Amino acid sequence: MQLELTEGEVRDFRRLAGIILPASSEYDTPGAADPAIFDDILRSLGQDLDAVRRALASLAARAGGAFAGLDDAAAEVMGLGFMETGGADAMTLGRSVLQCYYRDDRVMRALGLTPRPPYPLGHTLEDGDFGLLDAVRGRPRMWRDVDRAEAQRR
Amino acid sequence: MMTPAETTKPRPTDEIVDVLIIGSGASGAAAAWSLADTRMRILCLEQGDWIAPTDFPTNGRDWEARRYTDFAITPNRRGRETDYPVNDDASVMKVANFNGVGGGTVLYTAHFPRMHPSDFRVRTLDGVADDWPVDYWTLERFFAENDRMMGVAGLAGDPAYPAHQPTMPPVPLGKSGARMAAATNRLGWHWWPSDIAVATREYDGRAPCINLGNCTPGCAQGAKASVDITYWPQALRAGVELRSRCRVREITTNAQGMASGVVYYDPTGRERFQPAEVVILAANGVGTPRLLLNSVSSRFPTGLANSSGLVGKNLMMHPWPQVRGYVEEEVDGDRAPQTVMWGKEFYETDKARGFVRGYTLQYSRGTGPVNEAVMSMEAGRLPWGVDHHRVYRTLLYRRLQVGIACEDLPEERNRVTLDPLLKDSHGIPAPKISYTISENTAAMMEHGIARATEILEAAGAKNIYTSRTTLNYPGHLLGTARMGTDPARSVVNEWGRSHDVKNLFIIDGSIWVTSGGVNPTSTIQALALYIADSMKQRLANLFD
Repeated sequence: MQLELTEGEVRDFRRLAGIILPASSEYDTPGAADPAIFDDILRSLGQDLDAVRRALASLAARAGGAFAGLDDAAAEVMGLGFMETGGADAMTLGRSVLQCYYRDDRVMRALGLTPRPPYPLGHTLEDGDFGLLDAVRGRPRMWRDVDRAEAQRR
Repeated sequence: MMTPAETTKPRPTDEIVDVLIIGSGASGAAAAWSLADTRMRILCLEQGDWIAPTDFPTNGRDWEARRYTDFAITPNRRGRETDYPVNDDASVMKVANFNGVGGGTVLYTAHFPRMHPSDFRVRTLDGVADDWPVDYWTLERFFAENDRMMGVAGLAGDPAYPAHQPTMPPVPLGKSGARMAAATNRLGWHWWPSDIAVATREYDGRAPCINLGNCTPGCAQGAKASVDITYWPQALRAGVELRSRCRVREITTNAQGMASGVVYYDPTGRERFQPAEVVILAANGVGTPRLLLNSVSSRFPTGLANSSGLVGKNLMMHPWPQVRGYVEEEVDGDRAPQTVMWGKEFYETDKARGFVRGYTLQYSRGTGPVNEAVMSMEAGRLPWGVDHHRVYRTLLYRRLQVGIACEDLPEERNRVTLDPLLKDSHGIPAPKISYTISENTAAMMEHGIARATEILEAAGAKNIYTSRTTLNYPGHLLGTARMGTDPARSVVNEWGRSHDVKNLFIIDGSIWVTSGGVNPTSTIQALALYIADSMKQRLANLFD
């Protein structure tokens, strides 16, 4: 079993990643084909490798050869269509892209988030209005009272 | 032909122990701690590892991605060396477990409701399934003892429960909880801050919650009560021995039909024999029947403790649809304990609803950046291409969700068997689960989905959708070695002892008669403490 993607598969994958998650100047965010993000995607495939490889094979079959060789318009139509109709393997490929994209420092900052793990700083959580419970506190007992009398006799 | 239990090939034999516990999870830990005061020699064999706080995902930037790899809730995806595979092709739900010290409590949300008194009397009250041979009131002091040991945040006074006093203040409502609470008030329905086994202040050496979120795949802060940091430190100090990376293959029996010990694989992979006076099974509702079915001999040809034929049958898994919606303002997301409150309006039976028994509404906050993107992609809500970034910004940290914890009733067709082909890394036959959802449960699910949808609508949510069964939801494992007073209709008696093998006890979720509509950990542990206490009361004549 091959442990990493071939050069051709990588080219097709990078092209597809750039189409499904393009860079945006409006949101000041890189695309998934950005070198740092895409390298992270390749490094992180792990047990998804086989599914991603199958997805890329299916995509190449639709392209009649190398997906990366299609012109921009054809690649965009085919790439987006593939993500809609490519089934479980396309979903896995999509997840492999998203789980790396949404941890990139630049993407996090563009979302207004600080790029850091949750630990050790954690987060602040407001208490919320426990006065809302006043509507519930006065309710009569809701649980069905069974066995208690017998238990009290024991 | 010799069966595995009867083979006599040489293998090292360890020194005999008084009590051998198989599994170090919720029930095994509680029983080990309780039995420690007998001064008996107690050993626990655990097939997994100790997990250090530094191992948990929230320590790193890949904290969300690891929910899909080494901290996935299902062993088939997780695929650790210490996991065993489960053939779940014939099940609409997937198995949730964790094989390590602490068991499933390492990978749970720590939602900590108790069963209700009526849950133990379903035949008497509702004419279905069977009554339990124990009741809420028998377990009440063990619930309280377990709450003290685990540390439970909550609020006294809930009209849906008999009075009890959680040990710490409740988890904050936050923006998400307050919004859903106000909506539920508008509908005139019950809600209450959940009992959650998370430390909201310093508790018994544990640091308080700092809202890391992502509680399910382990708490780096140690605020979540998993038994590796609650029961086990105390049990070990009291003299209990715990050996990790020791996988039990089978329970052996002697000429008198009593359990004589277990054959297991030590951390080097070497097969060993551990003799014991008493064997306690605490390996969960799939692991326990798997082990019993793998323990065949000429005396027990269909598996150990299986004269009733019920070992593996009546699997209950708690179908758990999730209804999700999105509000315009940013709410809590995953930056807090996931579960915030429960709703019991539809818990007790009302036959006018078209089904018997009921469900808990479990109000949850949202999720994190990766998980939001993945779930919304899979649901077809988040497009690819140039519009992705705009739509994503309308979803992130804007999700509210209400789960429906449905009680599924015992049915013999829902079961654990041994897979004829699949084996674990030691060559031990793996379990196969077969599970379908009954008509009653399906009606309950749809009723709950409709009510949860009303709540989210009242909370101002849009884009509401339902996930009926998903890979990443339990999967609780209950009912496969049920308790009862009739040996023909149950596997263990009313205090957990096998009807067939007088020194074999089962204390995990296998012994549940029905499932209730709640997360099971609190009740599993109360039962384990009750059984351990029953054993201690009967030490002089335990095997009579």
